[in-house]
Amino acid sequence: MLDLNCKDSVILNQWHPLSSLEEINKGVVHKTRLLDASISYGIDDEGTLSTWLSNDHLKAGQPYNAAAITDPLPVKHAHGYLWTCLGEPPETLFSFSEFYESDRRNVPTGVFGVHVSAGRAVENFLDMGHFPFVHTGILGEEPHTEVKEYDVEVSETRDEVVATQCQFYQPQAALASKEGAMVDYIYRVPHVNCALLYKSSPTDESRNDVIYLFLQPMGQEQIRAHTGMCVVDDMNSHEDIRYFQQTIFGQDKPILENQYPKRLPLDPRAETPIRADKTAIAFRRWLSRKGLTYGVIPVEA
Amino acid sequence: MNENLQHWYPVASSNDLPLRHVYQGQLWGRELAVWRADDGFVNVWENRCLHRGVRLSIGLNEGRELRCLYHGWRYANRTAGCTYIPAHPADAPARTICNNTYHAIEAHGLVWSSVEPMGDFAVPEALEGQETLALRPIPVKAAPELALKHAATYRFSADGSAANDTSVEAKEGGYVLLSADGAQMMLFVQPIDADRSVLRGVLINPTEDHLALLRYHNSGLSALRDVIESDAAKLPTPAAIEVSFSKVDADLAAMPERAKSGPKAELRVTVAQKWLASDGVMGFRLESLNEQLPTVQPGAHIDVHMPNGMSRQYSLTNGPGEQDHYTIGVKLEPKSRGGSECMHNAVQTGDVLAISAPRANFPLRRDATQTVLVAGGIGITPMLAMAQTLKAQNLPFQLHYFAQSEAHLSFRPILDDLGENLITHLGLSPDETGVALRNALASYDYAHHLYICGPGPMLEATRKIAGDQGWPEEAVHFEYFKNVNTIDDSSSFEVALARSALTLHVPAGKSILDVLQENGIETPSSCEQGACGTCLATVIEGEPDHQDVYLSDSEKASNSKILTCVSRSKSKRLVLDI
Repeated sequence: MLDLNCKDSVILNQWHPLSSLEEINKGVVHKTRLLDASISYGIDDEGTLSTWLSNDHLKAGQPYNAAAITDPLPVKHAHGYLWTCLGEPPETLFSFSEFYESDRRNVPTGVFGVHVSAGRAVENFLDMGHFPFVHTGILGEEPHTEVKEYDVEVSETRDEVVATQCQFYQPQAALASKEGAMVDYIYRVPHVNCALLYKSSPTDESRNDVIYLFLQPMGQEQIRAHTGMCVVDDMNSHEDIRYFQQTIFGQDKPILENQYPKRLPLDPRAETPIRADKTAIAFRRWLSRKGLTYGVIPVEA
Repeated sequence: MNENLQHWYPVASSNDLPLRHVYQGQLWGRELAVWRADDGFVNVWENRCLHRGVRLSIGLNEGRELRCLYHGWRYANRTAGCTYIPAHPADAPARTICNNTYHAIEAHGLVWSSVEPMGDFAVPEALEGQETLALRPIPVKAAPELALKHAATYRFSADGSAANDTSVEAKEGGYVLLSADGAQMMLFVQPIDADRSVLRGVLINPTEDHLALLRYHNSGLSALRDVIESDAAKLPTPAAIEVSFSKVDADLAAMPERAKSGPKAELRVTVAQKWLASDGVMGFRLESLNEQLPTVQPGAHIDVHMPNGMSRQYSLTNGPGEQDHYTIGVKLEPKSRGGSECMHNAVQTGDVLAISAPRANFPLRRDATQTVLVAGGIGITPMLAMAQTLKAQNLPFQLHYFAQSEAHLSFRPILDDLGENLITHLGLSPDETGVALRNALASYDYAHHLYICGPGPMLEATRKIAGDQGWPEEAVHFEYFKNVNTIDDSSSFEVALARSALTLHVPAGKSILDVLQENGIETPSSCEQGACGTCLATVIEGEPDHQDVYLSDSEKASNSKILTCVSRSKSKRLVLDI
């Protein structure tokens, strides 16, 4: 067992994202935070990846040498990201098959530091009701404010929350769309800190664009949000796609940082849900059943 | 119990609250959203929207309501009750969704509040009846007790010369009274958190040059701040106060379908004003005897219990955020069975009446691209509430008001404010009314909505014309004054209550509602003639015999809802979700 401030085995025994593989400078030591601990990582020219609890021998910015790491942490590279674990690593990470389709463009759209708990950020990602008010003119627009009935289930076999039949009116559903339309969504929460959103591609209606949110909990109330898109789109540049997604996240960030309390309250009576919040209700219950305590306000016994 | 929480403290200056602003304050670790409504009322609310915890201080002060920035929920001035949830535009929010509020009193240029006040606010004696000047507040990074100790060392003079000898009187509740050669000031310490405070000074009978005084004390108090902070830096920083959040009502943890309380007259109001609102219509302004009146939503009605023992339903004309009174209009019915006659002649200004809380059975959607309101006669009352709401939000609408003559137009001051949105149709014959309605309803388009309230025949005609001209049923909303159908209560059948696990027999001559109430099942009801929709229940099994005028034709055909006060069963057995 590592000596860590975080004692919550539910969160310790998860894979956590640290960086998009594309964006790691080779041969140099990088440093970040995860679950209140300092973590270093690096990759060499051969593609050998390591992560370890930061120490004074290998400081950030110094040359990275995989052989010099005496106490490596578990690593996984999957879905374009470097993942590590500070507890018992699960055997598998959730599936994300679209990422591996050959005609997809996988665009990391930025990493955002947000002063909020991971749970609040996941909930915001799952929420349609705020589109007309926070993403005005882009993902929603008054007076089209109604959240129609949709379905939510917690898949026992895959241990994930899934919301289907979601529909919302969007004046500009994606970068490649020019006018308003009802857009279909599917949401997946396959990991306590990761969520994926599937929406019909404006260029090919038979396929879904995927937007993902992989959260790195630096502390209980501080996260780095790794965002990206996995799209069927041959019209827009990487830069345009990044700009679109960064605009959206930039609109959510001040809302997230003004949520109070910052940790996600799991008691059903802490806040007032409505039918539109069915996914969030299922998500909170799912976290509660897992016994998560890190970054949340658990239900009092 | 921390007795400090019981004291009143200044939490903001009056000039922190300019038009349509929301100010973020703090008291003993609790964040506050402080805002002034257009009617002058100062609201001090817990600084989080009960929906998802977003700070209300980043919300929008729309003058009558505060709108949360995240999902656009609206909360009424004074009550903090939620009046609209945009994600579900066809539903009226449960009346009890209400943000947490603190008491607020504005006096002497400051806004005062208390976490758990022991008594009513009393202006400190030395300020009573005096001219005062509130100084610029000075935030201090120090514990409130330490700041208070140092506040007693503040020295000043009346004319801005070198500081004179000052006499000091410490007062209970976080302030000191300082006197120096005839001049007096009070220095209050607002506890922000365990390690943060604000010094708020108030000069008593200040000399005329306010600007000079403000500058003089600003530099004096800033110097005092430096002394306090250097002292505080020597002490360990106390841990921040942990704030616990009260839980929301258990009913609200899941989205409630409808309030489940019996027919109650839970409020007492006094008739503050009674006036002739138009020919034959009396207006009544009802004010609460002591408590805050529950939140009004447009289209809501109340039951009024009269001195003669009768009770009647009246729609509220209140605009958004008008929470200090309820206004109703009562038309004198020539064939009055005693209700309107009693209101017109027996009830006088100053009388006390028992009323129910408002029921929002005729809710207004605010996601329409065009709203058409059609009122006939006294049917104008709910339409006035709706029209004022739409107007305040700048939503496109037309109000068509059909009346006998100019003299029959009720509530002129409200009508005058509606400007071009109001179209009056005076003295029309039934045929002419039909033509006017056909014109008014000529162009239906997606997301247009129609609301009708008026006498039965006119309402029927309007619904028919709307249907003929392509208005789908779900876009047509109506409220009848009363159910003129003859109720056939000759059938007898069984009612099974799924949730209560009870089976009851409904004999001829009694309504389902009567039988429920006789058996102690709490069921809300109001008009008890199938018009208002309060006693609506969900049908799980069986075929209802609909006799009401509340449900639309397709709602009736779906057999999924029933009004238990008049409707019965065609099948031998009816299973209800009660």
